[in-house]
Amino acid sequence: MTPILEVRNLIKDFPGHRAVAEISFSIPQGSFFSLLGPSGCGKTTTLRMIAGFEQPTSGEVLLKGENVNQRRPYQRNVSTVFQNYALFPHLSARGNIEFGLKRQQAGNMAKRVQEAIKLVGLAGKEDRRPAQLSGGERQRVALARSLVLEPDVLLLDEPLAALDPKLRKQMRVELKAMQRRVGISFLLVTHDQEEALSMSDYVAVMNEGKIEQIGSPEEIYLRPRTRFVAGFLGAVNWIGDVGVRPESTRIGSHPERNGAHSCSATVTDSVFLGDRIQVRVQLATGQEAIAQVTRGSTAFRPGEAVHLCWNASDELTFS
Amino acid sequence: MKRWLAAYAVAFFAFLHLPLLTLAIFSFNSSRFTVWQHFSLTWYRAMFHDPQLVDAAWNSIVIALLATVISTVLGTFCAYALWKKNSRLLTGSLYLSLVTPEIVTGVSLLALFQWTFRWMHWHLGLYTVVLAHIAFSLAYVVIVVSARLRTVAPSLEEAAMDLGASEWQAFFYVMLPTLAPGIIAAALLVLTISFDDYVITSMVAGVNSETLPMVIYAMARRGASPVINAISALVTVVFGAVILMFERMRAI
Amino acid sequence: MKLRSWFLLPAWLWMALLFAAPFLIIMAYSFLTRGVYGGVEHPWTAESYQRLVDPLYLEVFLRSFVMAVVATVLCLLFAFPAALFIARAPRHKNLYLQLVILPFWTSFLVRTYAWMFLLRDTGLINTALLKIGLIHAPLPLLYNDGAVLLGLVYGYLPFMVLPIYATLERLDPSLPEAAADLGARPLTTVFTVLVPLSRPGIIAGAVLVFIPCLGAYLTPDLLGGGRTVMVGNLVENQFTNARDWPFGSAVSILLMALVTLMLWLFLRRQSEQLV
Repeated sequence: MTPILEVRNLIKDFPGHRAVAEISFSIPQGSFFSLLGPSGCGKTTTLRMIAGFEQPTSGEVLLKGENVNQRRPYQRNVSTVFQNYALFPHLSARGNIEFGLKRQQAGNMAKRVQEAIKLVGLAGKEDRRPAQLSGGERQRVALARSLVLEPDVLLLDEPLAALDPKLRKQMRVELKAMQRRVGISFLLVTHDQEEALSMSDYVAVMNEGKIEQIGSPEEIYLRPRTRFVAGFLGAVNWIGDVGVRPESTRIGSHPERNGAHSCSATVTDSVFLGDRIQVRVQLATGQEAIAQVTRGSTAFRPGEAVHLCWNASDELTFS
Repeated sequence: MKRWLAAYAVAFFAFLHLPLLTLAIFSFNSSRFTVWQHFSLTWYRAMFHDPQLVDAAWNSIVIALLATVISTVLGTFCAYALWKKNSRLLTGSLYLSLVTPEIVTGVSLLALFQWTFRWMHWHLGLYTVVLAHIAFSLAYVVIVVSARLRTVAPSLEEAAMDLGASEWQAFFYVMLPTLAPGIIAAALLVLTISFDDYVITSMVAGVNSETLPMVIYAMARRGASPVINAISALVTVVFGAVILMFERMRAI
Repeated sequence: MKLRSWFLLPAWLWMALLFAAPFLIIMAYSFLTRGVYGGVEHPWTAESYQRLVDPLYLEVFLRSFVMAVVATVLCLLFAFPAALFIARAPRHKNLYLQLVILPFWTSFLVRTYAWMFLLRDTGLINTALLKIGLIHAPLPLLYNDGAVLLGLVYGYLPFMVLPIYATLERLDPSLPEAAADLGARPLTTVFTVLVPLSRPGIIAGAVLVFIPCLGAYLTPDLLGGGRTVMVGNLVENQFTNARDWPFGSAVSILLMALVTLMLWLFLRRQSEQLV
């Protein structure tokens, strides 16, 4: 089946630097796809090229198999949820949601708007102006405004960045559920790996304008193909050329005798984190490493000589 | 749409500037008709040899200089005092004087002067024009200097007094130098406004106190000699230069 | 503080003598009778105000009002695209603003005369058209309402451009993008998003244009050639040729009342919006 969105050999140059350095990926219909990377990696520029606000220097954007490079934003069947929501201050929530439908002169407007309001959970507040709504409510308006148009792809530019942490966690669950319910393909851009991992079906990790790896959340976390991906998705203990995640690193006074790999180290610090204890050690090479132990296990004192052990299958190696 | 806007902008700026540009170009036309003959400075020479014009220009300069100096001083003091503590009545009156149609200002000042002349046996003359010009310039000075004052931190004066300066010394040695560019800008503005004024001046000028705008007006009315083109071009260039200096001062 | 009082004194004196006093005198004159040799004399009467409703004068007031409204609307139509252009310009914004302001600060008289030079029977436009052969007799472009409107619009256009520019400049740039993203073509975005959101600038510009147009004197005098009589011309005429100072004063008071009312409404609206 044709992917709903495909990006081929996309390049974007700005005077003085190359923001997007030839990337390609495709989004299967109905999936939740994330572009993950640090600030400045080119993910927002890529999103804007898909929406039509920037023109690619070269390469193609294909919607449902059709090249849309020449089409203006209002001619593309994609819709964007902006980072600052970009709600029209002179219109009520309902007015904002109706805006795109009015441009299409769609029939059945009232019913579709009502459904969108219910979908995002804004019932009762639709006649308020953006200034009278909370941050979370404004985000819902932005979502409803785009979703009501039933776009081929919904583009989300760091949609949870402006929310406070508790709300953010709650919205992650809701967004994922919403996507499942409406079946529209979502393309989310974020720098938060927890966000990408928890919501996506597929993640493309970007760095300095290039895609380092595309895969499911498990794939990129457990089998990262580059050191960058490994380091960006979570903490890594680098032991020589090999990487091991802290949650797979065990610590003991003697090396284990079950065939696990091990190396010696000296304890530098022991940090109580509430649900677990983090033990920081220094390896013979001078590198730092972290092991996690449960509360109540033997205490490790700074200066103590210990052994780190891990299973060979948990090693991260890169070709 | 970008291209439409750019094309419109070109047409817009042309509309704004072409009338004056054509006037300037034709001031160098040797013919007195609006058909181009050849380049000539005839009308400029005629301008300097017309005694009525020269007298009027001289009057305008004197009036403008006097009005500028007095209204700048008064206006600066006023702006400073309002900055320390606002007076809604005074600020309101100043704004009102700005929006009052010139003809109303003109006739009301005429009425005032004629009323005082019942007792004083004086007549309209250059001095009534100067008084009138100061009256309508005050608000402009207050606005320009007030805008400048808003960028000054009050702690500047406090620091000066903390170091031993009296209120007057703080004003003279700290505030004035700080405000200098704004004050100069205000003065330049008043210079142009005063020099250009026709309506109010014509109402309160005496028999022998013709100003340049009054002469220009008479010539425009009569549809007479192309000398008016030359005067207009010269006036425009001078005004343009002064206003550019004004903007430069404001930006400092 | 004492220094402050000294500083205010001259300003107070000046405003009292040269702003308040003249105004009070005019008010008094409006209730007096026309003097035999000009000026005013007793008795007190309200006759001047009664004359204001004479159809002859009502026509003048109506014409002034209509001209001011039309000039304001035309200024708005011409200024908005220009303000939009400058707000969107990636570079040289200040240069464009200077280009808009500069003509205004040159001599108003000269600018008005420039249009006489262009529009009259022997003026540049007619001469050029005659030469090309497009017309065979000069077009009567000057000394009519149209010329006066042109002069008014030309004179006060910058007053409309600047406030609208200021509002557009501060607009969140993601709003027009969102409109386009939702399917609005560029022109639609202008009317459904940009215009409503630049309302404060539009209103400020409208007030700044309407008030001077209402009290215009020089423009209708020179470009209208005495045929287009607006309130300003009426006042001037009463104080010079007609020598009817009481009536001229009454008209002035009426004009001032209108202008003050508009100013007060506008300022009140401004402070309301800040709250």
